[in-house]
Amino acid sequence: MSWKAVIGIEIHVQLRTQTKMFCACAIPAEGDEPNTKTCPTCLGLPGALPTPNRAAIEKVLAVGSAIGAKAPATTRWDRKNYFYPDLPKGYQISQLDLPLAEHGKIEVTTSTGTRTVGIRRAHLEEDTARLRHEKARDGARSSLVDYNRSGVALLEIVTEPDIRDGETARRYAEELRLLLRTIGAADAEMENGQMRVEANVSIRASEDAPFGTRVEVKNMNSFRAVERAIAFEITRQAEVLDAGGTLTQESRGWDEGSGTTYTMRAKEDSHDYRYFPEPDLPPLAIDPAWLAAIVATLPELPHARRARYVAELALSEYDAAVLVGEPAAAGLFEAARAALPSLDAKILANWVSGEYLRVARDRVVTIDAAQFAALVAAVAAKEISGTTGKALFEEMAAGPLDIRQVITSRGLSQISDGAALEALAAETLAAHPQALADWRAGKQQAIGFLVGQSMKASKGRGDAAQLGEILRRLLEAAG
Amino acid sequence: MTAAELRRASAQQLRDAYKAGSATAVELLAALYAAIDREDAQLGAWLYLRREEAQAEALAADTRYAAARAEGPAALAALPPLLGIPVALKDLVNLINTPTTAGSRILEGYVSPYDATIATRLKAAGAILLGKTNMDEFAMGSSTEFSAYKKTVNPWARDRVPGGSSGGSAAAVAAFHAPLSIGTDTGGSIRQPASLTGLVGMKPTYGRVSRYGIVAFASSLDQVGPFARTAHDAALLLHAISGRDAHDATSSTEPLDAQLLNLPAGDAAAAGIKGRRFALPKEYFVAGMEPGVEQAVREAVRALEAAGALVEEVSLPATEHALATYYIVAPAEASANLARFDGIRYGASGHGEGNLLDGYLATRGRGFGPEVRRRIMLGTYALSAGYYDAYYVKAQKVRTLIAQDFERVWAAGFDAIVAPTSPQVAWRFGAKMADPISMYLSDACTLPANMAGLPGVSIPCGLSEGLPVGLQLIGRPWSEASLLTIAAGYEALTATAAWRSVEPHDLAALSGGAT
Amino acid sequence: MSKLTRAEVEKVAALARLGLTEAELSKLEGELNLILEQWARLAQVDTSHVAATAQTIVQPMPLRDDTPGPSLPVDEVTRNAPAHVGGLIRVQAILSEEADG
Ligand SMILES: [Mg+2]
Ligand SMILES: [Zn+2]
Repeated sequence: MSWKAVIGIEIHVQLRTQTKMFCACAIPAEGDEPNTKTCPTCLGLPGALPTPNRAAIEKVLAVGSAIGAKAPATTRWDRKNYFYPDLPKGYQISQLDLPLAEHGKIEVTTSTGTRTVGIRRAHLEEDTARLRHEKARDGARSSLVDYNRSGVALLEIVTEPDIRDGETARRYAEELRLLLRTIGAADAEMENGQMRVEANVSIRASEDAPFGTRVEVKNMNSFRAVERAIAFEITRQAEVLDAGGTLTQESRGWDEGSGTTYTMRAKEDSHDYRYFPEPDLPPLAIDPAWLAAIVATLPELPHARRARYVAELALSEYDAAVLVGEPAAAGLFEAARAALPSLDAKILANWVSGEYLRVARDRVVTIDAAQFAALVAAVAAKEISGTTGKALFEEMAAGPLDIRQVITSRGLSQISDGAALEALAAETLAAHPQALADWRAGKQQAIGFLVGQSMKASKGRGDAAQLGEILRRLLEAAG
Repeated sequence: MTAAELRRASAQQLRDAYKAGSATAVELLAALYAAIDREDAQLGAWLYLRREEAQAEALAADTRYAAARAEGPAALAALPPLLGIPVALKDLVNLINTPTTAGSRILEGYVSPYDATIATRLKAAGAILLGKTNMDEFAMGSSTEFSAYKKTVNPWARDRVPGGSSGGSAAAVAAFHAPLSIGTDTGGSIRQPASLTGLVGMKPTYGRVSRYGIVAFASSLDQVGPFARTAHDAALLLHAISGRDAHDATSSTEPLDAQLLNLPAGDAAAAGIKGRRFALPKEYFVAGMEPGVEQAVREAVRALEAAGALVEEVSLPATEHALATYYIVAPAEASANLARFDGIRYGASGHGEGNLLDGYLATRGRGFGPEVRRRIMLGTYALSAGYYDAYYVKAQKVRTLIAQDFERVWAAGFDAIVAPTSPQVAWRFGAKMADPISMYLSDACTLPANMAGLPGVSIPCGLSEGLPVGLQLIGRPWSEASLLTIAAGYEALTATAAWRSVEPHDLAALSGGAT
Repeated sequence: MSKLTRAEVEKVAALARLGLTEAELSKLEGELNLILEQWARLAQVDTSHVAATAQTIVQPMPLRDDTPGPSLPVDEVTRNAPAHVGGLIRVQAILSEEADG
C-alpha cells in the first residue's frame, strides 16, 4: 500500500560565540587537551553559578527574527533533570515553556517545488560533556569524560511535523545551515558535530489519518545521510506494516556503511525530566529596543538575496543559488560590485562561483574585493587574457596583489593587435607541420592544439578567440 | 588585654585596640586557637582550622596597623574595617585549596579549587579566616545533629543543641572562639541558632550577598549572613560581604547602605526607637510555643513600647501555610542542586562494583544522610510527572500569598515586624530526631521571611529556663541597616538588664573542667 | 491528594538515584506520608487568581559579555576525581544510549 510519511526535524547547533553559555570558559578548539576549557561552573562544582552570555542570546534572537518567529516579552530558563556522566550538574539548563523564538518558518526549494517548513520553537540551552569509550586490556569497559564541551551554547530548533520526504528534510537542514552562517549565528559544520540533526519519522495511510508510531532517527552525520536515512526509514516502516507487523516507538541510529537504521534503544517509560524554573537565573525581559537593534544588524537573508539576484541582476536561479549558498562567496560578490559598480554581474558571478569557490573549497582565502573586481574587469575588457586572469587570481589567493601595477610592470596586457596575432599564428603553424597534416586528415582538434601552442608562445597574453579565427583561416588557406 | 578579654572583645573593640596599639591580631589569634584547642573537643564547632594561613593574615594585619599608626590618624582611618578581625566560615563556603564538606560524607576529602565571592571579599577586607564550622548536612536541619562529622553542643548547656543548620558558626561565636562568623539561612538557619545561643544573627534580603561559591541548598531561598555578639559587629561583617557580584545573576545592584558602618550607639541608639511602628503578627505565637519564650518576647515588646515605639498586632494569614510551602519549594530546588553529587568528579564514590547505575545508587544512597535523603525524596516527588501542578505550582502560588501578607504590612507604614525567632529555647539532643515534622516546626517563625526574600535579624532578648531567647525583626527589602539600627537601639535600652551579664553557663565545662 | 504507595516510594528513589535498603524505604514511606498530610492542606487554599512566585526580589537578568576568562588547570579538574587517566575522568561504561543534547 502507499504510505504517507510525516517527518519532524530537531536540530541542535553550536552557536558561534567566544565563551560558553553560562561561564567565561573559551570554546574548545580542535586539538585542545581534555578538560582544559573548564571551570567550577561548567564542571558543576559545589557552589558554582551560571552567568548568561549576552552574545548567545542575541544570536538566537537574530535567528528567531530571520525565520519570522516571535520573541517572548519575557523569557526564562528551566532545569531539565536527569542523571548521566556527561551532565555534570545532574540537570541541563534549558528552556521549556518560554523559548526565545516561537512559530517561525523556512522555505526550501526541492526538485518538485517549493515547500514551507514550520518552526515550532527555537531555544537556548547548554551542551553536555563528551564521552569516549575505552576497553582496558582486562576487557573491562569504561567511559572517559572530557568536560571541554560542557556548557557550550546550543540552539535547539524544532520543526512542526510538516515534512513529507527525505529530500525536503535535507533541503531544510541545508537552508537552515545557510541561514545560520549568513547571519553569523553559527558555523554549523555537521562533520565537526557543530550541527546535529535528528528526525522523527512516522507513516500513515493517508494525509488525514492520525500519526503513526514515531521513530527517532539519529547519528546522521551529513546532509546526504539525512536524506538517505529518512528515505530508508520510511521504506522500512512501510515494509514492516505491509508485512502485517507493528512498529515500536524507539530511537534508531543511521549506519552510513550499510545504509540502514538500527535500534539504539527502545523508549523505556518516557523520561521524567522534572522541569522547573531555574532559580539561579532571574527571568529575562526582551526589551523591544534591544530586539530592534539586533534585527537592524541582520544582513540580507538568503531567500531575499537569491530573489534579488534573479530579478535585478538577471542571474539564473542556479547561479544565484550557488553564489548565495556560500556566504563568503556572496560577500565577495557584493563587495566587488560595490567597489566597481559598472562590472557586469553575470561575468563577476561566474568568476566568484568558478575561480573563488574552487579555491575556497580547500582552504581559507582572503581576497581583496576591489582588486578582484579590477581583475575581472581587466579580463572582461580583454585587457588581459582569461588565462592570465586565472593565473593572477591564484596569486591573489596566495597574497595581496595590485592588479593595475602587475599588469603594467609585467607587461601582461593581452595581445589583440591583428598583425601581431597573425605573425604569432603563422610562426606556430610553421613550427608544427604535423598539425597541418592532422587538419588535412580531418582532425578538427588540430586547431585547438595550435591555439594552445600560440598562447604558450605568447605567455598566455594572446587573445585566444582571435587566434582561433586566424588559425582556421590560415589552415583553410593552406588546406 | 588578657587572653580572656581578647576573646570576649567585639570586632569594634578589637579595631580600636589595634589602632591604639594595645592589642595585636597575632595575640588574639593565639588566644582563640588556644581556646579552640582546649574546648573544641567538647564544643564540636569546628571542622577545619586554617592555622598557618590565619597566622600569616594576622601578621600582615598587624604590619599594616603599625605602619598606619606611624603615618597618622588619616592612615588609620583609611584601613579596611575588618582588618585583623577573625571570622569563622560555615563549611559550605568554598575556600581555595581548602576542604569543603557541607557537613556531608559525600564531600569527604573534597578540596575546593576556588574561592567563594564572600571569601574573596573577606580576604580583601583584611579579615582573618579562622577555619570552617560544623553544620547540618547541606544545611538541612535545625539542630546541627544532621552533621555527618560531629556533634556541636550549645555553650549554654552541653546537653542541648546549638540550633541549626549553622550551629557550628553560632557555637563558635557564643563560646568566644571567634568574634564573628558566617552562616547561611534558607529557612532560619542563621536566625534560629542565633536565638538558641544568644547571638545577633542576620539573614539579609535575598540578593544582598552573593551566593557564588556557597554550596547550594535551595537557590531561591539561600542567603549568606553574619553571626555576631552585637548589632554593630553584625553590621560590620554584613557590609564587607554585601553587594553585586558578576558571578551571581541573582545578586542585586542595590547600593550598599553606608549606615551599616555608622550605626548609632548608646543613648542615641536608644532614642531612635521612639516613634518607630512595629507590627506584631499574631500567627507567630504558634501553638507549642514555650511560655518562657513568649514571656521574654512580650517583655521585649513592652520595652520597645516604653521607649516610645508603637506596636500593633497584625494578622499574616498565609503564615499557617508557610511550613508546607517551604517543605515543597526548598526540597524541590534541593533535589536538583544535589544531583551533581554523583561520585564522578569529586567526593565519596560508590562507583566501581556493578554497572554505572549501581554506582549512582551506591554513591548517593550511602553518601547522603537521612534528612538529606528525605528532602531529596520530597523534592523529586513534588516535581515528578503528575504531581508538579498539585505540589510545586501550588506551593509557588501560596508563596505569592505569603509575600503579599508582608507587602500589606509595609503598605500600612510599619517599620518592621517584631516576633519570636524560635518557639523554643535550645532543646536536648535527640528530642526531635525521631520526628521530622517536630524538627521542621522549629523554623515556623523564620521561614516566612525566606519565602518572601525579606531581611530578618534575631537578637537576644532575655533568658528562659536560663537559656537564651531571640527576638526577631523582619523588614522590607534592603532595610538591613534600619533593622540593625533598631537592634542597636534595643541593645542600648537593655544594656544594663541582668540577663545581658550572664555568660554561657557551660563555658568552663568546655575546657574539660567540672560541670 | 493521595498517599504514597511503597511502589511510588521506590520509583521516586530510583528517579533520584538513591540506592536505599528495604528498611530505609519502609521508614521513608511512613515519614513521607506524614509530611504529605501537611502538604495536602495547601489544596484548600484558594489560589485561583494568584500568580506563581518562583523567585522573590527579582531584579533584571544581568548578561555577561562574550569575553573569555581563565579556565582551571587540568590537575585541579582531576584532583578530586575518584578515577581519572590522562586528564580525563573515568566512569564505568555507559550501558545505554541515553544522552540528550
Ligand atoms: Mg535539547
Ligand atoms: Zn566553564
